[in-house]
Amino acid sequence: MNAKMLEALSRRAVGIGLVGLSLALIVALVDPEHFWPSYLFGHFFWLGLSIGSAGLVMLHHLTGGRWGFAIRRILEAGARTTVLMAVLFVPIFFGLSSLYEWTHAEAVAADDILRHKSRYLNVPFFSLRAVLYFVVWIALAQLVTRWSYEQDRTGDPKLSHRLRALSGPGLVLYGGTITFAAVDWVMSLEPHWYSTIYGIQFILGQGLTAFAAAILIAVWLSRARPLSEILTSDVSHDLGNLLLALVMLWAYVAFSQFLIIWSGNLPEEIPWYLRRTRGRWEGMAGLLIIFHLLIPFLLLLSRAMKRNVRTLAALAGMILTMRVVDLYWTIMPAFEERGIGPHWSNAAAFFGIGGLWFASWARAAMRHELIPVHDPGAVEGRASHE
Amino acid sequence: MAERTDIYGLLAEFNAPEKVLAAAQRAYAEGYRRMDAYTPFPVEGLAEALGFHRTRLPILVLLGGLFGGALGYALLYYAEVIDYPLIVGGKPFHSWPAFIPIVFETTIFFAALSAVLGMLALNGLPMPYHPVFNVPRFALASRDRFFLLIEARDPKFDREATRRFLEALGADGVWEVEP
Repeated sequence: MNAKMLEALSRRAVGIGLVGLSLALIVALVDPEHFWPSYLFGHFFWLGLSIGSAGLVMLHHLTGGRWGFAIRRILEAGARTTVLMAVLFVPIFFGLSSLYEWTHAEAVAADDILRHKSRYLNVPFFSLRAVLYFVVWIALAQLVTRWSYEQDRTGDPKLSHRLRALSGPGLVLYGGTITFAAVDWVMSLEPHWYSTIYGIQFILGQGLTAFAAAILIAVWLSRARPLSEILTSDVSHDLGNLLLALVMLWAYVAFSQFLIIWSGNLPEEIPWYLRRTRGRWEGMAGLLIIFHLLIPFLLLLSRAMKRNVRTLAALAGMILTMRVVDLYWTIMPAFEERGIGPHWSNAAAFFGIGGLWFASWARAAMRHELIPVHDPGAVEGRASHE
Repeated sequence: MAERTDIYGLLAEFNAPEKVLAAAQRAYAEGYRRMDAYTPFPVEGLAEALGFHRTRLPILVLLGGLFGGALGYALLYYAEVIDYPLIVGGKPFHSWPAFIPIVFETTIFFAALSAVLGMLALNGLPMPYHPVFNVPRFALASRDRFFLLIEARDPKFDREATRRFLEALGADGVWEVEP
């Protein structure tokens, strides 16, 4: 049954992906101004799902816990999509001059701050770094999934030790590369502005995105074995607690940045928030406070909500939607400043890339068991339930 | 029917965790509710067998947290707006973003405080005296014996019938507990 569900998902996702990307391609030809922000936003959201998945897999190898065995194969399939996201990043190299002000020699020459930053923010170094990030992400994602899949076949418990040994340094590398990637690809859209908590915000955001998506997928797949047996109310409770913790961490970091910049009220920092609390963006900021923090926080305090997989899935769906809004609110006002407002191609590129992402995910998920059958911890976790 | 008794209850002694667990389940099925078990280590399922129920502690903690948050906000509002208004960094007196960290702290503080105090209150702690210690063999509850206590105030309690019932459950001994 799972195989059929994944097959159907994959087919539908390819369809949505191709339609979305075709529409985006038309926009790219007739209205490239609107295409590039759409593509960058769509790509960055789905990339976050891929690398957030790999980060959570490594986190689970270090911490253990029965919550992880229910969603690990879903996250591993997510990590496998990093290759697709690397391929989809290639077009961005052709849009650099549309996306980033610091690629224009005249603008840099006329601006002291940009001139000082030009040793870091220049096209060759930027491209080299982007290649490096993807090399690191793909290498880690492939290793961390290959050894886990290998364990399904051989049952070798040594692989668990190897995965744990990889995960510690792997997470350090992830933290560093995501921080730099967020600075390069998103923060440098407004090259005068800076925030030192930015990297953590993206790491947490991507982890939360991947976690919420994995919960949704796990509940969807729990209509059939093996997840119908694994996703007990105890596991659902654990997942709910972790979701609550991630939501609070996200809010903590997001508020910290705001509080510091609001207190300082400095001319090079505060415009970032002024831009994002005016007009339509103000409403969006309100949505984030209500639906990304207040409502999930209050509802996730309830034991009954966490122990019921249906309500947990509904909350995960709400948070996932808010993750999209948060990223949109972070990226897009930078373009509105240059007169490029929201556009229907934002959705076209988002669903186009998302369709291909899900197709790639479903293909990776189909090829393997949906739970790590021979992981010593998973076997132990099941035994303690009986 | 329950008669007026001058004892606190009956304490049955068992030599294995499965036996006390089975005895608790049987006693619960029989209709006994006011009972407790004492074991040298946690016995899985025993709390449920005794009819363990969730307490109102979570709601107490929630109320404590809300009270702490409101108190923190009121304190800041009073200090910053009413009692000693002071312009800091050109901001309005009522600058809520600056209040948040302290409101957060007082929320956590009062929630934690009500968790600890509420737990103690609902548990009936501190309890300097408990009648079970009047049974000398009760000291073995922290070594290798398992005890099931049925209190005399249980409506089903009957000094003789309950004693026979406990003996039939395979108790190694049944002791009367002085109040």
